[in-house]
Amino acid sequence: MQLTIKYFGMLAEATSISEEQLQIDTCSVAELLISLKKQHPKLSNKDFKVAVNQELVAHDYAITTETEIALLPPFAGG
Amino acid sequence: MSSFNSRYHRQIILPEIGVSGQEKLDNAKVLVIGAGGLGCPILQYLTAAGIGSIGIIDFDVVESSNLHRQILYGASSLGINKAIAAKQRLTDLNSEVTITAYPEKLTTKNACSLFSKYDIIVDGSDNFSTRYLVNDACILMNKPLVYGAIFKFEGQVAVFNYKNGPTYRCLFPEPPKAGSVPSCSEIGVLGVLPGIIGSMQANEVLKIVLDLGDILNGKLLQFDCLTMQSSAFKIHRSELQISKTKALQNDFETMNYDTFCGIIQVVEIDAEAAFSKNNVQYIDVREPHEQPKIEDLAPIYIPLGKLLEEIQNISKEKETILFCQSGIRSKKAAELLLDNGFNNIAHIKGGAIALSEYQAVKEV
Repeated sequence: MQLTIKYFGMLAEATSISEEQLQIDTCSVAELLISLKKQHPKLSNKDFKVAVNQELVAHDYAITTETEIALLPPFAGG
Repeated sequence: MSSFNSRYHRQIILPEIGVSGQEKLDNAKVLVIGAGGLGCPILQYLTAAGIGSIGIIDFDVVESSNLHRQILYGASSLGINKAIAAKQRLTDLNSEVTITAYPEKLTTKNACSLFSKYDIIVDGSDNFSTRYLVNDACILMNKPLVYGAIFKFEGQVAVFNYKNGPTYRCLFPEPPKAGSVPSCSEIGVLGVLPGIIGSMQANEVLKIVLDLGDILNGKLLQFDCLTMQSSAFKIHRSELQISKTKALQNDFETMNYDTFCGIIQVVEIDAEAAFSKNNVQYIDVREPHEQPKIEDLAPIYIPLGKLLEEIQNISKEKETILFCQSGIRSKKAAELLLDNGFNNIAHIKGGAIALSEYQAVKEV
């Protein structure tokens, strides 16, 4: 299946992209993150939450269809 | 009520608002945390719209580097406390609004009594320790929280703790590692961005008061001012996170959110430094059976599990140096003491093992 991965805030800086397409077999969010961190090592020390199709999910969530994944970091500025 | 003057005419003629809506605004009480980049537009629009009572808390003073985005201030405000300077400007904007300036830091000591005086809390702060403090006090006092935060060209807006919706901790249960998320002062910010995000927060406040439209309840709106794209992400309520926060009730006033966010780090010293200190109290946080004992340091023996029970045996006046077997439990103990109002705390790297090795080498 094809996933669209969106990176926000400092995650877009860590990966140097704001969005990418990925071909991947059915996997859990945790498995996807392992593969993304391998591809973008600077993601490893970042804190963020994962949304699948605009909904925050836990790391055991299974991604089964073509989906939009968003990686959301916390912001502090004001 | 026909006494509303022409000031509110353009919003009163909106059928969705009308005179009854204006009365709701007039009866509303809103507290804004921070009168900076986000706080300025929030305060400006809420005051202009005729929110009856507005509180502003900020301990900081206006600096020239604030002026490109903190639009309530000018050259004459430099050096003046922001809550006071904001009140001056806002009173000129709309003297019908009761504005209370709190020129102080929001703390665990003043948060709950302050929040109890208002219906809605708006977070315009600029650091994680205040954000977690505000969230937790909103949970304890059962107040809706209108959240906004920015990073360079991007912003986030959400409404938390509203009508049984999720809280900030349901989204981010723990703060990020200290120093991993830079602030506006470290990496810069486009002046208009807090203007946009703060205006969105003011908009959510007005919608809550007027019961209008779809509120961003439990939704994180993510906005990028370079691409002008926005997306909203649904957040689920976590009963676990909320009940954990509610359980803080009795300890809230003594909580240290700076330590929680890793801003205050536990000082670590090595064995040599530990032996060279004078006038300090050493605490061995191991269980009684653990060896070797380090009698040269004449420590007080309090196992980690009993630290809070026996906290009265530890002097706050003296520097306190903690150790355990290897340095893991002593670090936890140090964090516990910091959370309980102790300041001068260190722990020994490598614990009793490192201490006894150092003693052995010295004797040879």
